[in-house]
Amino acid sequence: MKHYDVIVVGGGIAGMTAAIYVRRANKTVLVLEGRTYGGQIINTLNIENWPGDMGVSGVDLVQKIYQQMTELGAKMEFETVTAVERSDNGFMVKTEDETYTAGAVILAVGAEDKKLGLASEEKFTGRGVSYCATCDGAFYKGKKVAVIGGGNTALYDALYLADIVEKVYLVHRRSEFRGDAVLVERLCGKSNVEFVLGYVPEEIVGGKKVSGVRLVSSGKVADVKDGMDLDIDGVFVAIGKLPMTGGFAGLVELDTGGYIKAAEDCVTSCPGVFAAGDCRVKDMRQLVTAAADGAVAADKAVNYSNN
Amino acid sequence: MSVELIDFYADWCGPCQMMKPVVAELEKVHPEIKVTSVNIDEEDELAEKYGVSSIPCFVVLRDGKEVAREVGVVPLKKLEKMLEK
Ligand SMILES: Cc1cc2nc3c(=O)[nH]c(=O)nc-3n(C[C@H](O)[C@H](O)[C@H](O)COP(=O)(O)OP(=O)(O)OC[C@H]3O[C@@H](n4cnc5c(N)ncnc54)[C@H](O)[C@@H]3O)c2cc1C
Repeated sequence: MKHYDVIVVGGGIAGMTAAIYVRRANKTVLVLEGRTYGGQIINTLNIENWPGDMGVSGVDLVQKIYQQMTELGAKMEFETVTAVERSDNGFMVKTEDETYTAGAVILAVGAEDKKLGLASEEKFTGRGVSYCATCDGAFYKGKKVAVIGGGNTALYDALYLADIVEKVYLVHRRSEFRGDAVLVERLCGKSNVEFVLGYVPEEIVGGKKVSGVRLVSSGKVADVKDGMDLDIDGVFVAIGKLPMTGGFAGLVELDTGGYIKAAEDCVTSCPGVFAAGDCRVKDMRQLVTAAADGAVAADKAVNYSNN
Repeated sequence: MSVELIDFYADWCGPCQMMKPVVAELEKVHPEIKVTSVNIDEEDELAEKYGVSSIPCFVVLRDGKEVAREVGVVPLKKLEKMLEK
């Protein structure tokens, strides 16, 4: 079994920054990443609030951080962590194929798009159901789509799609949007955007590809019909994020939203396990705050594994 | 028996860029596998034929028949597992 001073679960901005700091403290570190490195930000073409690099793309940014991390001697393996367990001299970190041991563990597992939870949703993912308007909007030139959600992401998605597609239905369960009023105003100015308020999707229908969505009343808006069908080619789901902490519920305390309970010091309910980035309870989920957590968690983890 | 991997991508797609080195690595370790990269902006009829509407998308064909499909970024090991199907 291979031993490391610190094992980091997740190779996003938080995890890779943590690895940089662990190496700078001259300790051994392994980052375990279940997909490709970089995390959520790889979808973003233009970042304007990362200090020192105006307009950098997510891909360029994560490639630079990855290179820095590996040049400093950090290792990354592309495996999904299935369990972290306490052992005599620290922790056992299990993946689908391997088991590693570590003196301390940093959970930097981030968050992913929340699903609607419909039976038809997975079947149509990539065949008309999408979670990223800027990634997949181009497939719907001249077509009709529905955007589901009421926050800023949904509003931005609807605005972005309105310039590409023939028609956008913005489906939201309430009569008011959670997102910014200026975005709602801008949407009102688009002739091809229609608000469908007071409804939630019940089922996505189609053959090989999506051909429509069946909506039911959410019960939150008065005077709407019980249900209705929209004939559309695409459904863009933008109902928020879910932390990828499910596998660690027995290890560390989570809040009701699934976020790991830890303050700015990144200390969790389990001694020796630290939480960094979007998976932690916090007010602001951004690149700089993820990187900051990475540094703090690394420092704590190094100290813990020394003692 | 022939095994082919079709890699649907676009130049403006960040996750597709992240997958480029992974696909290149796959071609290196599995020279027996035919890899076809499809730029969906240039060959949209192929994307249409396979019903692809999210990228990156990987489709495995065995003797021309689809046996596996994966949408989004995936590690090399997962691509290799798809090829075993
Ligand atoms: C569309 C969009 C645009 C954004 N734009 C900006 C912006 O302009 N500026 C800004 O500051 N922020 C922006 N953000 C927010 C920013 O992307 C996040 O705050 C940040 O990327 C979080 O980093 P992280 O490392 O905490 O998590 P993530 O990026 O989510 O990374 C977590 C990683 O952990 C991996 N993982 C999860 N579970 C496991 C497991 N069990 N085993 C192995 N690996 C696992 C995942 O595959 C993932 O790679 C944006 C977010 C989105 C969605």
